[in-house]
Formats: sequence, C-alpha cells, structure tokens
Amino acid sequence: MSVSPPDYLVLEHVRKEFGSFVALGDVSLSVRAGELLCFLGPSGCGKTTLLRIIAGLETQSAGRIIQGGRDISLLPPMKRDYGIVFQSYALFPNLTIAQNVAYGLVNRRVPRAERDRRVAELLTLVGLPDSGPKYPAQLSGGQQQRIAIARAIATSPGLMLLDEPLSALDARVRVRLRGEIRSLQQRLAVTTILVTHDQEEALTMADRIVVMNHGAIEQVGTPFEVYRNPATPFVADFVGKTNLLPAAGAGEGRVRIGDQRFACEFDGAFAKRTDLKVFFRPEDVQVRGVGGETPNSAAAVVQGLEFLGSYSRLTLRLNGIDQALIADLSVNDLAEFRVKPGDTLRVAVPVDRLRVFAAGPE
Amino acid sequence: MATTPEPAFGTALPGASSLVGRIRAPRLRNHWSDRIGIALLVLAGAGLAVFFLAPLVTILLKALQDRSGAWVGFANFTTYFQTPALAQSIWNSLWVSVMVTAIVIPLAFLFAYALTRSCIRGKALLRNIAMVPILAPSLLAAISFIFWFGNQGIAKALLGDAQIYGAKGIVLSLCFATFPHALMILVTALSLTDARLYEAAYALGTPRWRRFLTITLPGAKYGLISAAMVVFTYALSDFGIPKVIGGNFNMLATDIFKLVIGQQDFGKGAVVGILLLAPVAITYAVDTWVQRRQSALLTARSVPYVPKPSRGFDWLMSAYCWLVAALMLAMIGMAVFASFVKFWPYDFTMSLNHYRMGLVEAGIFEAYVNSVTLAAFCATFGAAFVFGAAYLLEKTRGAEGWRPFVRLLAVLPMGVPGMVLGLGYIFFFVQESNPLHFLYGTMAILVVNTIVHYYTSSHLTAVTALKQIDNEFEAVSQSLRVPFWVTFHRVTVPVCLPALLEISRYLFVNAMTTVSAVVFLYSPKTTLASVAIVNLDEAGDIGAASAMATLIVVTSALVCVAYYFLQTWLDRRTQAWRQS
Ligand SMILES: Nc1ncnc2c1ncn2[C@@H]1O[C@H](COP(=O)(O)OP(=O)(O)OP(=O)(O)O)[C@@H](O)[C@H]1O
Ligand SMILES: [Mg+2]
Repeated sequence: MSVSPPDYLVLEHVRKEFGSFVALGDVSLSVRAGELLCFLGPSGCGKTTLLRIIAGLETQSAGRIIQGGRDISLLPPMKRDYGIVFQSYALFPNLTIAQNVAYGLVNRRVPRAERDRRVAELLTLVGLPDSGPKYPAQLSGGQQQRIAIARAIATSPGLMLLDEPLSALDARVRVRLRGEIRSLQQRLAVTTILVTHDQEEALTMADRIVVMNHGAIEQVGTPFEVYRNPATPFVADFVGKTNLLPAAGAGEGRVRIGDQRFACEFDGAFAKRTDLKVFFRPEDVQVRGVGGETPNSAAAVVQGLEFLGSYSRLTLRLNGIDQALIADLSVNDLAEFRVKPGDTLRVAVPVDRLRVFAAGPE
Repeated sequence: MATTPEPAFGTALPGASSLVGRIRAPRLRNHWSDRIGIALLVLAGAGLAVFFLAPLVTILLKALQDRSGAWVGFANFTTYFQTPALAQSIWNSLWVSVMVTAIVIPLAFLFAYALTRSCIRGKALLRNIAMVPILAPSLLAAISFIFWFGNQGIAKALLGDAQIYGAKGIVLSLCFATFPHALMILVTALSLTDARLYEAAYALGTPRWRRFLTITLPGAKYGLISAAMVVFTYALSDFGIPKVIGGNFNMLATDIFKLVIGQQDFGKGAVVGILLLAPVAITYAVDTWVQRRQSALLTARSVPYVPKPSRGFDWLMSAYCWLVAALMLAMIGMAVFASFVKFWPYDFTMSLNHYRMGLVEAGIFEAYVNSVTLAAFCATFGAAFVFGAAYLLEKTRGAEGWRPFVRLLAVLPMGVPGMVLGLGYIFFFVQESNPLHFLYGTMAILVVNTIVHYYTSSHLTAVTALKQIDNEFEAVSQSLRVPFWVTFHRVTVPVCLPALLEISRYLFVNAMTTVSAVVFLYSPKTTLASVAIVNLDEAGDIGAASAMATLIVVTSALVCVAYYFLQTWLDRRTQAWRQS
C-alpha cells in the first residue's frame, strides 16, 4: 500500500451564515498535496461559498483554514497563496493575452526578459503558443478558459481553485478540456480544487470527490468509492444512475421490497426497521445465467427499452413492487436475449451489489 | 438519477443565531492596500458629508433661528405663512409646475414616439435639435421670448394686450427648457420594449390604437412617471426663468433669492428652502421607486422593436417633429440673432457690439473665462472624484458599515434643488467660525458646489458602467497579489472610459449652464457667465445678456462635438478588444 501524500489544505469546522440562512453547516475536510479534489453537489449547496472562503473572498462565520501548515483563516486574499479561475474567466478585455498572463508577474518585479520567457512557456503549456498578441475577445470560450488557467498558474501558486471552469462551454469542448486540465494539473502537481455540479466531470477528473448537499459534506472518496459505495442515499441518487427503492428489514440479512424479499449484507440494527432504502446500479442487474434458484432473482416485465449506443436501458416492473426499476444491458446481452417491450424476463441482483440505507436516524 | 434539490433547504438551525450572538463572527485582516482603499472611501464619504449634508443641516437650523441667531422655534414658519405675498408663491410655484408638466409630457412623448416607433427621416438631426436647450442656461428661453414677445418684441402684436412677463412667459420658457429632459427619459422608455409583444398583438389582428393602449402605454408607464417627476421638479425649482421673465409673478425659487440676498432674512429664506425641499424630496422618492421597478421590465432576451414604414403615420409624425424642431430653432435662434443686432428694436444691422462693448469692454468677459475654468475643473477633477468614489464603493471591500452611508450621500443630491443647495452653502460657509470659511467666495467652492449639485447622475452613470464589468476582476487581481489601484488604472479606467467621458461632458455642460446654486456663491472675482446673464438682464442690458447666452451655447455645443470626436477616436482605437 502506498502512503498517501500529506495534507496540504485543512478545513476545520467551517461554517457560513448569510443572515439566518446557513449556507455551510460544519465542514471539515483535508486536501492532499498535489491532488485534484472536486466539490460536487446540486445548485445552491454551498460549493462556491466554500471555494470563496478558501480564497478569502468570503469570510467564514466560524472555523479554521490551514494551508501548508499556516493558519490562513483570517488572512486577506492578497496574503494567501492560490490562483483562481472563474466561470466567467474574468480575463481583462483591454489587455492582450500575453499581458493577461503576465498580470501577476509584473507586480512581483520579475525582470522583463524572464517575464516574457515565462509567458511564452505558459502559453505553450496550455497549447496556445501564438495567442500572445491577441485580445481575449478574439479567442473562443475554450481558449479563453485555458488562458485564465495560464494566468492563474503564472505565479506558481501552491493551490489552484477552479469554480465551474467548464460550464460555460459547449459539450464537445468541455469533454476535451477536462482531459487537458487534468493532465496539466498532473504535470504541475499543483493541489487543485475544482467546483462542479456535473457528476461526469467530477468522476472523470478528480482524484477524490467531495459530495455536498445543503451546506454539508455527504461523502468524501475516490470516484470509484463514491460511485460504488455511496455513503448516503443522496450520494447514491446524485452520482450516476440508480435504483433506490423503499424497503423494510425482514430479519437477519434480508429486506422486503414490496412483496419481494431479497438477501443482502447489512447492519444487524436494520433488521426491524421499516424506513430503509435499497440501492443498486442499473448495470448490477443481471440476466445472464439467471434461473429460478438464483439468489435475489425475480420475474420482470419489460416496460420500455431505450437504446443508448453501447448499452440499452430497460425499464422493468417486478411482481409485487410498485416502483419501476432500470437495468442496463450490454448490446451483446440484448442481442442474445432478444428483449423487447412486453416480454417477461428473469433478472437478479447479486447479494454484494445491494446496499441498504436507513432513511433517517433510528 | 440525479435529484433536484427540494426548494426549502438550508434551514436556519435553531440556536444558530444565538451561537452567532455569543461568538463574534471573525473578520479577515486587512491588507495594507485594502486599508488605503478604506481610507480613500472614508475620505470621499467625509467630503460628501461636509459639502452636502452639513449645508443642508444648516438650513434646518437656520429655519429655527432669528436674524440674531437666537432660537425661535417655528416663529419663522408662522410669520412666513402670515405674509400673503410669500404664501401666494407656494400656490404659484405649484400650479405653474403642474401646468408645465401637463404640457410638456404629451408633447415630448409624441416626439419620443416618433423617434422610436416611426420611420421618419432625419431622426438624429431632430433629436439633436430637440436637445439644444440642454446646452444653454434655462433662462435662455426666457430671454428669447422677451425678444419675441416682450415690450419691444418683434411679435408682440400677436399677444394683443396680453403681456409675456409673468406666468405665461414662465410656463412657455419652462416648456422649452424641460422638453429635452423629458424627451431623453421617454426615448429610453420607449426603446426598452420587446418586439415580440407587438408581433404577438399583430398576429392577433390588434389594431394600431389598441396596440398603443395595451402595449406601448403600459410599457412606457414608468418612463412617463419618471419624466413627469423630472419636469415637475425642474419647473418647481428653476430660478433663472422666473427671475428674467417673471415680472411681478413670484415663485418659491425667486423668493429665496430675494429674502436671502435682498433682505438678508436668513430665517425666512431657510423656511422657503425647506418648503422647496419637501415636494422635490417626494417626487424624488417616487422616481427612485419607479426606477427600481423599471429595471425589471427588460430581460436580456428581449428583441428590439424595429418600426415598419407606414406612409400616412410617418408623414404626420414627421410634420409634428419638424414643427417642434422649428420652434426650438426659433427660440434658440432668436437669442443668437439678437446678440448680433446693433440696437434692438431700432437698428437691426448686424454687429459685434454686444460682445465687444457689452461684454469685453464692460469687463464681463471674465465671467465667461471663469465659467470655462469652472467647467474644466468639474469635468476633470469632478469626473475623477465621482468615478473614483463609485469604484471604491462598488469594487473594494472593508468598512462595510460606512458604505451604505456613502451610497446614500451619493444619490441624495439629485433630490435637492440647486437653490436649496446654494442656500445651504452660504449658510454653512459664511459662518466665520467654520474652519472652511476661507473657501467662501473662491473658485474652489463653486467647483465643489457644482460637482455636488450634479453628483447623482454622474454617480449613477459610473455605477452602471462599473456594474457591467466582471465583478471577479478584483478577486483575480487579489489572488495575483496585485493591489486594487493597479487594476483600477490598467483595466477599470480603460474599460469604463466611455462612461468617464460621458460624466466629464455632463459635468462640463452643466457647469457652463447652471445658475441656481452658484447664484448665491460667486464673488466679484468669480462671477460666472450664467450669473452674468441674470445681472445683465437686471441692469436692462438684454443685448449683452443674449451675447453671453450665445457664448455659453456655442461653447457647450463645441465641447459636445469635441467629446463626440474623442469618443469616436476612442472607439476606433479600442475596437480590437471590444466585442469583435
Ligand atoms: N452573499 C450571499 N448572501 C446570501 N445568500 C447567499 C450569498 N451567497 C450565496 N448565498 C446562498 O448560499 C447558498 C450557497 O450558494 P453557493 O453559491 O455556494 O452555491 P453553489 O453550490 O455554488 O451553487 P451553484 O451550483 O448554483 O453555483 C445558496 O443558497 C445561495 O443563495
Ligand atoms: Mg457556484
């Protein structure tokens, strides 16, 4: 097992109120040196607020922030050490691209020649070596975004903050830039926090994801953990496609969903509760090799079929369960089982893929 | 599947507020550059407090004192209302203002409608002609009407036995003087429309008059209210026109002057000042409310309305507009013409006598030089101050408690008529115990007074421009450890240069033409051109008065042209980075 890198940025019990509105409850978090951390959550959950608190653009109502071992909780932005990229890019329109990138260098009395060299290096790094003499308005959105990043990293800050950097771009550019930002970040090994409400962006780019909701952290984990082992029903529902069904405990290792019983691994304390939720991913639903005696199997009627390229999404209804389920079938499975709406099919969900949550505290 | 969050969240946790009550919320330390910003903001606010608030408060105090300075409670008010001639002025001022509003608003609305909703030719020219009164002191209209219909007027016969001096002349002159102010607001209001509404109505076969009643009028509602307020206030507080053409017809603005300068009765003068302040304050409050409403009317997705040609309608509109323009030109033209007439009404040969003898040799030309100096100071230092203060207010941080106060002081001056401001200034600065007394009678006090007088419009122009630029510029600069003033001069000023020029031009023209506040404040060495017109008229030298008025109009016009070219040049130079 590898040793995880030291924590570079630590938030301790950070709270933020706007009047009587609590925008951030009690957020504690550590960001490891050199990692790319995503704040992921629905609109209004406090992602931007948290980022702005780290930047000193907003003041926390309580709590501490430690960056590189230094308590920066009360430092003004100019005394902190970060580069920031906004959704709007905020490039200075009347300055050329080169002047924009050099903006922070000029003030640090970097000699002229050194500065020009650094600007050229940065422009090459972001893949726009010839754009120096142009003005921001002459570049496309994606290009402007890369310039904004170049400007933010010009002074080699210890921390890079990105607030929804890709959301103003169209889908294709967005996908391409994801990869570019990620590889740039890895090359520079700069600790980075990226705010997004796009789960795909978070899953593809992040080392770790912080899933937030209503001003609180729901889960912190790698993309795989967050996807595979969501800590709460909210995370399960927010990240990826999900079946989330109301259930009740039915003794040791069993839950009841509607009239059906399923085996699963869960906390013994759930055995008698009636407010449970069972979670599994659509791709966890199996059709291959499922027979009458397969554990957790049931007959299902195919209600709908949506073709999505490499796989298809079925809408299924199980006997005795009101809520419809979704299941993803590969093209091969689909061809082999010749599924069409109206058909009946036997499906199963492996015991270790079912997860059970309590809807509330006991 | 991703859920959409429930609408009600982020609940205020019980006990959260009591927690905050006990532990003081932390505050970030200020960087030294932030401290400079805060110091400058405090300075700007203190400046406004001393040069705007303090004089106003002095008026309130003076109203409660007698001539010797003893406190007399409301005695001044009582005697004021018991003096029939004075109380009559309230009524006079009110009905004249209502009448002017009732005449000007429909006329200006029709003109604005023609400019925005018809396909007439020469819109730019028409608009510029209609705007000309703004380039002149308001009393220019009064002087022109004296040449037209006065005792020796060339068209006096048209009036029969009636006299132009008095209410008639005042109303007529005010109509001309206020027309451009109403027009500007109404053109804006009528431009802020969404063409899709008309398309929908058109598709439903709605006739033109119904579209007018159901879409145009409601859409321009706030503009109409706002324009009416502006015209009413202007008429109520104008000093030059009733002074020149009012004859024995007394109004509040002229009463103040007579009481304070003529009779040195500061107490009663203050009472009139307060009386003038009240209705203006009300209209101002209404207008502020209206402005807030209006801004919500237009969304970013609105489609601008493009009028379609319609022969009869366009012809009618065209005829109306040119008629108004002709009247405007007749008004302005008469003053200009009369300034070159050798000896009105006996010798109509053209000469420069009024300029040479009436102004230069009489030593009054200096007033013109003073006016240009004043205007130049206002256009440079004034514009810089207003813009700088607006920047500090909008874009810097710290001193959060102080900001609303400064913001208020920046928007209040519009609600204070010039006569009242001027009155406050003499009351405040004439006191020898005031450490700022040394300013009394200097050019500096005229400059400061004029900047304060026209502060609000300039401030709002600056704020609008600043709001349009990305709020994150300052945040980015801070993250790059660049102090705010570097970003201010490298980015904010270049980007806002058009607005800055607009403020500068506005202050220049108003400094050239204003009479009301400065009429209290000039000294023999700092007489201004606009004030000189009043004095020349009073001395019966109306020829020289019109010559001076002409000089002002020509200067303002030339300056506007110069600004126009500057702006064009700038646009061309900055084209590369403004939206390509
Ligand atoms: N200055 C403020 N005053 C009052 N409330 C605020 C302020 N700034 C943010 N909020 C509120 O705090 C909550 C969190 O805001 P924040 O901008 O952090 O959300 P977000 O997660 O970034 O959302 P989005 O994805 O829409 O950007 C929101 O409900 C917002 O309305
Ligand atoms: Mg946000």
